[in-house]
Amino acid sequence: MKPAPFRYADPSSLGEALAVLSDEGAKVLAGGQSLLPLLSMRLAAPATLVDINRIPGLDAVEVTADGVTVGALVRHDALLRHEGASAVQPLLARATANVAHPAIRNRGTTVGSIAHADPSGEMTSVFALTDGSVTVATTAGSEVVGWRDFFVGPLETSIPAGAVVTAATFPALPPRSGTAFAEVARRKGDYAVCGAGVVVTLSEDRRVERVLASYVSVGLTPEVHDLTEAVAGSPVEKADWAAAGALARTLVDPDTDIHASADYRRLLVGVLTERTLADAAAEAAGRAA
Amino acid sequence: MTSIDTERTITVTVNGVPREATVPVRRLLSDALRHDLGLTGTHVGCEHGVCGACTVVVDGAPVRSCLMLAVQVDGAEVRTVEGLAREDHQGGQVLHPVQEAFRECHALQCGFCTPGFLMTIAAGLEARDNAEELTEDEVEDMVGGNLCRCTGYANIKKAVHHAAAAMKDADA
Repeated sequence: MKPAPFRYADPSSLGEALAVLSDEGAKVLAGGQSLLPLLSMRLAAPATLVDINRIPGLDAVEVTADGVTVGALVRHDALLRHEGASAVQPLLARATANVAHPAIRNRGTTVGSIAHADPSGEMTSVFALTDGSVTVATTAGSEVVGWRDFFVGPLETSIPAGAVVTAATFPALPPRSGTAFAEVARRKGDYAVCGAGVVVTLSEDRRVERVLASYVSVGLTPEVHDLTEAVAGSPVEKADWAAAGALARTLVDPDTDIHASADYRRLLVGVLTERTLADAAAEAAGRAA
Repeated sequence: MTSIDTERTITVTVNGVPREATVPVRRLLSDALRHDLGLTGTHVGCEHGVCGACTVVVDGAPVRSCLMLAVQVDGAEVRTVEGLAREDHQGGQVLHPVQEAFRECHALQCGFCTPGFLMTIAAGLEARDNAEELTEDEVEDMVGGNLCRCTGYANIKKAVHHAAAAMKDADA
């Protein structure tokens, strides 16, 4: 339960970090709340750890009317408490509140959680649901990568070795929309057996226009499911959210593991979808009024 | 030029005292506190961030010391369970209100998990305005990340309320 030996650098600029990361077997260390367990269990044994915690300027949350950009060193707890960020995209606070426990949220970073690409992560799911993108820096420069091109498989992304994800951008919640996030876990703060995040958008005459959902611990990579057809055009007070839940159950492809069977997870997808959609719709109706 | 090392000398303020240690870079903070600095009050349970027994306060925030490298606290302030009690005027020690509450409410049995609970709760209560009522949700969020296999959590939660009330009275 001790990490295998490695070399350690804590550069003070992004340029220096990228230079060290060009070494073979180098890995970025940000919050370390997923990486350190992997090192201690020797599931990962990088030759060099490049600790980015001493690089200035990566800990900013930038809020505009279009969305929220979160720097690579922003801890979950800071995002959870950022009122400006949750005003523009309420899913950020709703999801971060479900990330592990306070001691983990104080250290773990939202961008690191996305770059870790764990399909049981709350922030990967919300990143997809909000149609997010990341900024990826390499020695060749910096580029923006959308979530669909980012996730390749469990714990696997498309970014090249030696790159640093410097920020993640979560677009703003559209007008006349509401959100909700809920999960089922054995113990508060544990990995969710199943979680659901939803966005409901209404038309000007308060009918359901668009329904999107994304799940936690369901499938190999984050996915966004369009559930609109089950409830399209219904007045918001009369929408059949159970029908949307039933549709969601047909769209997901969960796995069986030690914590839950695939069937049970599919059942939870239906229940959580129905529940969260009712909450999100009520919020959307309030905002549309 | 960035220095790439396998061993480093770090300076860290632990419970108000500046300390220096030369550690291999792979040394976990939990192990550095126990082995290099001799502060064995920080307990090591699962070593992968699940049990919370090793929780310490780094720069004001409770963190798992098994999920940080010792080299990462170079220049930081760390508070461990040894730093909770304070000295009284006669050279004795006065327990922290959270420690007092644990004794009062029978919130520990074997005591293995206790340092982690104490640090999480002390930091949690010190960071909030105790004049505001402490909700059950807040208490559960505070202690939910720490495992206790003896007493169960009812008395631990009771101790959090007890400590919050004592800290509120002390503020008043």
